[in-house]
Amino acid sequence: MNEKNYNILIVGVGGQGIILASDILTAAALFSGLDAKKSEIHGMSQRGGSVFSHIRFGKKIHSPVISRGEADILLSLEQMETLRWINYAGEKTLVVCTTTRIKPPNVEEYPGDIDGELKKCRPFIIDTDKTAEAIGNKKFVNVALLGFVSARIGFNDDSWKKAIQENVPSGSFDDNWNAFLYGKKSFKEVHQ
Amino acid sequence: MEKRLLSGNEAIARGAFEAGVTVGTGYPGTPSTEILENLTTYEGVYTEWSVNEKVALEVGIGAALAGARTLVTMKHVGLNVAADPLFTSSYIGVKGGLVIANADDPNMHSSQNEQDNRHYAYAAKVPMLEPADSEEARQFTKLAFEMSEAYDTPVILRSTTRISHAKGVVLLENPDRSRKASGFERNIKKYVMIPGHARLRHIEVEKRMERLGKDVNASPVNVIEMNDPAVGIITSGICYTYVKEALPEASVLKLGIVNPLPEELIRRFFSSCKKVCIVEELDPYLELRVKAMGFKVEGKSLFSSVGELDPDAIRKAFGVKTTPALPSSVQLPPRPPSLCPGCPHRTVFKILNQMGLIVTGDIGCYTLGVMPPFSAMDTCVEMGGSIGLLQGIEVAMDGSGSKSAAGVKMTAVGVIGDSTFAHSGISGLINAAYNGRKSLFIVLDNGTTAMTGMQPNPFSGERINGQEAFSLDYEKLGEACGIKNGNVRIVDAYKPKDVEESIRALLDSGSLALLVIKGPCVIYKRKKMKNKDKKPV
Repeated sequence: MNEKNYNILIVGVGGQGIILASDILTAAALFSGLDAKKSEIHGMSQRGGSVFSHIRFGKKIHSPVISRGEADILLSLEQMETLRWINYAGEKTLVVCTTTRIKPPNVEEYPGDIDGELKKCRPFIIDTDKTAEAIGNKKFVNVALLGFVSARIGFNDDSWKKAIQENVPSGSFDDNWNAFLYGKKSFKEVHQ
Repeated sequence: MEKRLLSGNEAIARGAFEAGVTVGTGYPGTPSTEILENLTTYEGVYTEWSVNEKVALEVGIGAALAGARTLVTMKHVGLNVAADPLFTSSYIGVKGGLVIANADDPNMHSSQNEQDNRHYAYAAKVPMLEPADSEEARQFTKLAFEMSEAYDTPVILRSTTRISHAKGVVLLENPDRSRKASGFERNIKKYVMIPGHARLRHIEVEKRMERLGKDVNASPVNVIEMNDPAVGIITSGICYTYVKEALPEASVLKLGIVNPLPEELIRRFFSSCKKVCIVEELDPYLELRVKAMGFKVEGKSLFSSVGELDPDAIRKAFGVKTTPALPSSVQLPPRPPSLCPGCPHRTVFKILNQMGLIVTGDIGCYTLGVMPPFSAMDTCVEMGGSIGLLQGIEVAMDGSGSKSAAGVKMTAVGVIGDSTFAHSGISGLINAAYNGRKSLFIVLDNGTTAMTGMQPNPFSGERINGQEAFSLDYEKLGEACGIKNGNVRIVDAYKPKDVEESIRALLDSGSLALLVIKGPCVIYKRKKMKNKDKKPV
């Protein structure tokens, strides 16, 4: 990794495991010997609202929040949420989003013009159902996504392993680790 | 030293533990709640969720006078409730260190206002420290205890949402767990604030702040970082990190202590820089004081007093290029927070909406009853406010008002949660009985303080550490407060017919009534399971 600080924004909807994923990612950065910070909002937003987590790591991190246009990776667990936070992405941002769609309360239908708009930011689309089937449980899709972007971030497996160990219940470590490895493998397949 | 990734709140708790704290009190409130939740996991520290912030601070003052190092935690608006003991505790001072960890919420992520609590430190004449990240949160908490004892004063440690809920790398130091409370010693001239004693203490307070005002110029947490002398920035807290990001070349005076201000250091900074600006969130607190020192400085002419700042806001103010962002032209439907599926509060708000009643509301999850499809709340001011406001409406409308669409005698009700009722609703209920009101107060009891993440309260039969506790009895309480004719009723939240029938009957009864609607919070149990094995840092 070069001298530049690295910025990752994880977004989605309450209950998708965004905070856990960001805890793992930030811990992995720490275990790789880097300075790291993360920032999110608790409280009202947990009641079914949009959830986001800013993660930054590098030699020395000051601000815990990412500036607009400066995310290196925008990792989205819900399609519409990708667009809600797209102003944190710039020309060079890797946008990764799942096929998951969660209808907001108080609207009749999921907005129809999401697909076309999403294509403009050239995202990697991860099929949520296919991933869940491959790793055996929808619960670990968030960690599979970490595996996917880990290939781009480049911490070693030991750091990831330790970070996952520290943040998930001991009984579910193996499932989480398998999900992570699956995600990592998919990235390589996509890029062959 | 071991490195750990901690939130600002976890780091404050760790700092307090390292400083030898043996007593911690507080009332839950976002973004401060996790401080005490973490402190309670350490061995050798007594912690309690107090009934409200005023009582939390009073217990804290007592513990400090008995010689224990004591941490008291609350959110910004909580300090309004605790302001009364705060101002006089400044006069009586401490024996063991007393630190109030107080979290502001710029941008109101989960609050009813965005007041700037730096004013409290100035008004109450107590020192205030402001960390810029988790590691400083740990260090400054320890420093706050040292200052508290060295200057015989309570100290406020100010956090904001972006400090409390951001995580960063923290270095753990060995805790000093040898401290024991030295015991209470009688000192009536210092501790009994009758006017004759208080007049003398006020003189001591002024002397203390004068001494502090000199000493803070040499404090290691007030730092000048000289760089390009063309622009100098005075800043503190989270804004310091934004300044370093947006203006890496600028010279910076970073204030770790925001009350009192280091006038000599500020003077030196002005003489080293061509131009000086102040970067601060919310009110022009630093700006007004620096201007009063006679300096020419820019601050709120560049920034808004509303909401949070971020690196981009600073870049824009100083004409620094920002990175172009990808555009999006789609209008996205918002995801407003809403009552959880299966939430016990849903029933009553549906009924209140159908009955077309005026509803005075309160602070908690159930404030979401204001959102569609319920739209069943007309006021929300502060903790306990529903009970008082309803009485004002009744008085102004001459007791009866016009008949509501539902055809009941009284046209307004108050709704309040169990924790909020215990916090400051009960005194309002006593007022209602005393002054002959006929209102109906509805307590929505879900067995926990849900909004802030499931803390127990005096109605939930449990303490902060899961220990079993006395649970306040609504019927006896209602009767003792002066509710007559069996007008205290307890119904099941999941039986809508009973709920509606009770509301109608009690509104028609023509006398003061208390209706308790019970239904456990649906995410309470899940959370309880998750936290069972929580270990200290």
